[in-house]
Amino acid sequence: MITGRFFAAGADRRIAITIFILLAAAIIVPLLNLAVSPTSAFYVPAYIVALTGKYLCYALLALALDLVWGYCGILSLGHGAFFALGGYAMGMYLMRQIGSRGVYGNPILPDFMVFLNYKELPWFWYGFDHFWFAAITVLAVPGLLAFIFGWFAFRSRVTGVYLSIITQAMTYALLLAFFRNDMGFGGNNGLTDFKDILGFNVQADATRSALFAASAVMLALAVFVTWAIVGSKYGKLLMAVRDAESRTRFLGWRAENVKLFAFTVSAVMAGIAGALYVPQVGIINPGEFEPSNSIEVVIWAAVGGRGTIVGPIIGALLVNAGKSWFTGVLPELWLFALGGLFVAVTLLLPKGIIGMWDSWRGNARALRAASVVEEAAAKVGVASATSKPARSPARNPGEWSWSDPEPQAAE
Amino acid sequence: MSKSNTILYLDGVSVSFDGFRAINNLSLVLDKGEMRAIIGPNGAGKTTMMDIVTGKTRPDEGEVFFDGQVDLTRHDEAEIAMMGIGRKFQKPTVFESHTIEDNLMLALKGPRSIFPALFHRRSAAEARQIDDILGIIRLGDKRHEQAANLSHGQKQWLEIGMLLAQDPKLLLVDEPVAGMTDAETEETARLLKDIARDHSVIVVEHDMHFVRELGVKVTCLHEGSVLSEGTLDFVSADERVVEVYLGR
Repeated sequence: MITGRFFAAGADRRIAITIFILLAAAIIVPLLNLAVSPTSAFYVPAYIVALTGKYLCYALLALALDLVWGYCGILSLGHGAFFALGGYAMGMYLMRQIGSRGVYGNPILPDFMVFLNYKELPWFWYGFDHFWFAAITVLAVPGLLAFIFGWFAFRSRVTGVYLSIITQAMTYALLLAFFRNDMGFGGNNGLTDFKDILGFNVQADATRSALFAASAVMLALAVFVTWAIVGSKYGKLLMAVRDAESRTRFLGWRAENVKLFAFTVSAVMAGIAGALYVPQVGIINPGEFEPSNSIEVVIWAAVGGRGTIVGPIIGALLVNAGKSWFTGVLPELWLFALGGLFVAVTLLLPKGIIGMWDSWRGNARALRAASVVEEAAAKVGVASATSKPARSPARNPGEWSWSDPEPQAAE
Repeated sequence: MSKSNTILYLDGVSVSFDGFRAINNLSLVLDKGEMRAIIGPNGAGKTTMMDIVTGKTRPDEGEVFFDGQVDLTRHDEAEIAMMGIGRKFQKPTVFESHTIEDNLMLALKGPRSIFPALFHRRSAAEARQIDDILGIIRLGDKRHEQAANLSHGQKQWLEIGMLLAQDPKLLLVDEPVAGMTDAETEETARLLKDIARDHSVIVVEHDMHFVRELGVKVTCLHEGSVLSEGTLDFVSADERVVEVYLGR
């Protein structure tokens, strides 16, 4: 039914193009890495595959954040927590796959447990030797945490900056908890030294390519799901809650449930991103819960353009590519550059790159239309009468031809 | 007095905020099918009264009954809206980033849970209802425009249209003609009189000309309780009302 709408309406070419590019990348990049000789100009080195695969996971995280921030106005500063929890679930599976190949050679206990004198596997590690169990956990743990957190927060009508602060507190609390050795998650070293995933060596080029492809396909799927959600009646309701929450309540909608659904879906997406991220970077540690990580995600979404589907993806890819380049050239200045970028985007590009692009296109189209009108008028010989060409309403930076009002407070 | 034939029944309702009594022993009864105009100077408690009826504010004491038997103090905004009380805000509040049509679609009576909304497709019946309402509020030619582009008066009308889409039994309409031209004001009076034929309506308004146009029973509130009640001529002849409005 939804797929029918996707193909029939052709409503959003941009979404279709994005999905197409991601799926094409999922095929072409691994091919260029595996099937092309390393001496060829088209060869994509393995480190690039791993790096872009990592960026795609970040893009998925930014998209997840944008579903709640851009479309529902919930500025979550704790989305890194859902990402990290998904990552830990995957990390636990990868730890169990090491088996007796660890430094201590214990077939059951991961190295850090032997080191910390664990006598047996803690109960919450049961099941992680199966991939399917880990996969379910990747979805369930972030989803459940978001559901419980959102249930209390939205029911108590915590909104705005207060909600942002408690999401920040949530990720900070998890950071502190995961740092403890007796939590059973490896303390501050986290989980690392992975060997196999589904029986394939995580270090192998083919595995890295497969993980890249999986990330690209998963991102394409997330784009499609987000597009379907946002385009549905529920999606319109989501934006309605963002713009005039009390109006939705007085129409009989339960705004807290509307938010809760989006928040949970978003957390699950973030969890998937984390799970794909961990095998590609080879480590997960409590640093992923750092509040600053979650804030960085907000910057990606803002740079690309919040409230759009493609924007956060572009933002995440560009900012991270910039980060990789910048930290190579001027490592000590990166944080200043990031901060400056956020300030610049907020001041100059309130709608992000996508918003700037749309307004530029809108203006170009309006000017083109105006010149066509003028030409026609000149032919008829009444050019002097219509000296002023029709222009789109947005002429100044910061104004947009497709007006997008700020959320208004109701009574 | 019996509650049985009333659509709204308030008895001895009081509420205070930080020691300030916004509503003070207010009693007000609205019969089924009745339209009532409520006037009163700023701070008389008109909007607070609506907050109490719609579940936004809980009264400290007193009874609030809807349709003779439903105790409104036990329900929240969404439940009360589903029971059939629609509310128009003082400041027109519509979904600005949505089209006129989508605004009405979100207001249309129907299931209010998440999953049906996720897989909802507009039925022919719904499209017809939306067309009807667009005709009534005269925004048919703007149906695909963003609500943000409407004039102030048109937003007021759209909000009234959203109330109609909700198909409530009782409409609470807060200052429907604020910011309207004289012609628009007359149109709105005509529209509300139309609506009042098969709905119960409470209109809060400052504009006496408009209230006269409605030609209904008037209740004057002052300092959170009823000061005077009757026809507009009776109320405006009441010395206490004159005193409140002109200052003592």
